[in-house]
Amino acid sequence: MFTTVGIVYILVKESVVFFQHVPLALFLGDRQWTPLFDDAHFGIVVLLSGTLTSSAVALAIAIPLGTIIAIYLSEFAPFRLRESAKPFLELLGGVPTIVYGYFALLFVTPLLQKIYPGLPGFNLLSAGIVMGIMIIPYVSSISEDAMRAVPMALREGSYAMGATKLQTALRVVVPAAFSGLASAYILGISRAVGETMIVAVAAGMQPNLTFNPLEPAATITTYIVQVALGDLPHGSVGYQTIFAAGLTLMLFTLACNIAGHLLRKRFREAY
Amino acid sequence: MKPIEAPLRREIQRRKRTQTLFAALGLVALMLGVLTFAALFAEMAWNGFARLDWSFFTHFPSRRAAQAGILSAWVGSTLVMLVTAIVAVPLGVAAGVYLEEYAGKNWLTDLIEINITNLAGVPSIVYGLLALGLFVYQFGFGQSILSAGLTLALLILPVVIVATREAVRAIPQSIREGSYALGATQWQTVRYHILPYSSPGILTGVIIGLARAIGETAPIITIGALTFIAFLPPSPLKAEPPYLSFEWLFSPFTVMPIQMFNWTSRPEAAFQANAAAAGFVLVLMTLAMNGVAIWLRYRLRSRIKW
Amino acid sequence: MSAPETFMEQRTALAAKAEVRQLDFYYGDFRALKSISMPVYERHVTALIGPSGCGKSTFLRCFNRMHDLYPGNRYSGEIVLQPDNADLLARGVDPIEVRMRVGMVFQKPNPFPKSVFENVAYGLRVRGEGSRRRIEEKVEQALNDAALWDEVKDRLHQPAYNLSGGQQQRLCIARALATDPELLLFDEPTSALDPIATSSIEELIHDLKQRITILIVTHNMQQAARVSDFTAYMYLGELIEYGVTDELFIKPAKKQTEDYITGRFG
Repeated sequence: MFTTVGIVYILVKESVVFFQHVPLALFLGDRQWTPLFDDAHFGIVVLLSGTLTSSAVALAIAIPLGTIIAIYLSEFAPFRLRESAKPFLELLGGVPTIVYGYFALLFVTPLLQKIYPGLPGFNLLSAGIVMGIMIIPYVSSISEDAMRAVPMALREGSYAMGATKLQTALRVVVPAAFSGLASAYILGISRAVGETMIVAVAAGMQPNLTFNPLEPAATITTYIVQVALGDLPHGSVGYQTIFAAGLTLMLFTLACNIAGHLLRKRFREAY
Repeated sequence: MKPIEAPLRREIQRRKRTQTLFAALGLVALMLGVLTFAALFAEMAWNGFARLDWSFFTHFPSRRAAQAGILSAWVGSTLVMLVTAIVAVPLGVAAGVYLEEYAGKNWLTDLIEINITNLAGVPSIVYGLLALGLFVYQFGFGQSILSAGLTLALLILPVVIVATREAVRAIPQSIREGSYALGATQWQTVRYHILPYSSPGILTGVIIGLARAIGETAPIITIGALTFIAFLPPSPLKAEPPYLSFEWLFSPFTVMPIQMFNWTSRPEAAFQANAAAAGFVLVLMTLAMNGVAIWLRYRLRSRIKW
Repeated sequence: MSAPETFMEQRTALAAKAEVRQLDFYYGDFRALKSISMPVYERHVTALIGPSGCGKSTFLRCFNRMHDLYPGNRYSGEIVLQPDNADLLARGVDPIEVRMRVGMVFQKPNPFPKSVFENVAYGLRVRGEGSRRRIEEKVEQALNDAALWDEVKDRLHQPAYNLSGGQQQRLCIARALATDPELLLFDEPTSALDPIATSSIEELIHDLKQRITILIVTHNMQQAARVSDFTAYMYLGELIEYGVTDELFIKPAKKQTEDYITGRFG
């Protein structure tokens, strides 16, 4: 009851505010954002580029590593290791994101700068890497559950053919668990796109249309933070822009979550 | 129809080697997580430990790094958590119990369940936006502790609801039947049986939710918590009647993660030491809460044997 | 393989594909199989029968080292495979090699979540077979041998799950056949199938035995009588009696065997 109200309110509220600047919504897809800055080319694409780049870096880490960890835990690891790894990964996911942001800025970036001296103090790479590490537990936990749900009979069929554990894992278990894995990946995407603090701290909050992770940039989420940190009069157009950004974000993550949910239902039903 | 020939045997050996490599890779990947956490923790401890003295906890933030403290921050966090808990627990438990005990299998229930799942996946900053528009302005609560508490309550509501449902679901049907057989009403059954037996499980969920809420930065920033607060909210206790004041609910405030954010953003090394110290405290708090929750869950499982 | 006279004549031509010698098997501390010794004759069907829990499936799974997959299991004794006189239970022997020589068909059909073609090709791919042409040839041959080719030749690349239960089981048989195993193990292959599918599998087994040695576990005595040349009756982990099927069913040597066969207990 209450929660239905909650979600309805979120959507209604934001759209109400948007209707206040619906005429400008025409420009939403394009370049002419309300210039909060002197730089007139401030379209949502700028923010999107930051979001996409940082998420891409994060997912490039989280998806492969998360999957490998899941395969390892589900098919190879001895029982005790698996049991102690699970709560540990939970813990890793429970660290406040601001702490991760701190870590990215003050530890990872200097480290990267040793490898690549020209790296600016604020950059998307650091943020992306730490975000990726933060997301690994989400991906690996759901993937692992999906793989464990695959019945033993399938594995036995594979072993009976003379396959090794790895062959069985890669050729039989992973394809069988596919919808669960997909849902894990989608959850990871949703999490990466919605992440705020890590990027806010480590990538600077300067909007910058780029796909190069070695540069600083702002994302949809960090833009909102930056505006909120300043002082915006309530009814101003600037105020409304954060809602426009938020709505974009919300729609995207909602789509991801629904897709992930449907996939998860499917893998539960298959067995 | 022959025993294994040499080429095939070599092939098998090759595959086994690949397998060993993969297992090693998996272990390395896992270690990466451990390493990161260790590095994180060690770094903060290294840089921040020197700052962790009594004055750190009792001073307000200040322009001078050496004198800055987290007083307003942790007081703010505590007060916000209080509001969050007071709002989230009754709502969440009620919703959870309703869904498990009362709701029928109809489209409305499905809708609610879908909503809860979706809510759990919404980025925290969107909650901040909701709060900004709704609590701060529409309802007029202002940029206050009340707004923050409500926002975070909404944020952790799905966690509380799911924990409640699972705790309630774990109670065997035979207990309910025993109660009904004695002539109890549904409400009485809930009140005297369901709630007491599920409370450890619910408590675990609440603690996990609060542990998450305490570290949330983005929504609080969005609703306008200020990053430099050098005063405390007014005390709830007053000298004159009615002795209890709610003024503190509406006062400006800051919380721990925001304080850390503020310090991290300053280039001076001294402030970074402060940030490290604050982070250290924050992570310790989160770990402690999660640890308590896990311990509770373990105790619960071993003590109650249905 | 029916009249004893004919059988005795041909008996000298019988070669043992495998020889089981004093096989014990332990689940942890529990001794599930007790000193089993028996031959498995080449290109004949040997059936294992007995009441539930007698250890016949446990025994069967020793032949392809399936028990190695789970911790806490231990073998003692030998199962010697010809023609190379190799004990497949020996510690130095790689279970993967054993499984490449010994195939298995399970009780419930367990096709992989892949196409029909890929299911049958699986064993070949696992062995590193690269030539597409050779894989296609072997897949077709295996499907033919399993009497499935005509039914699936137009659906080779569709998911295996679309097939009926009986077809799926024949697919699993084809899968096992594709790698030319020396010994084929059947673990109650028809207990999940309807009578029509069952009889088609039994016919298949009858055809296959001309080329492959077959060991089949069944709880259905009539099936054992229909399908096998030799039968072993087991009870509580022990081999009670082993003999030519017809002789065992008509005139069992031991009273225990007779009690089981006549249904005095089950």
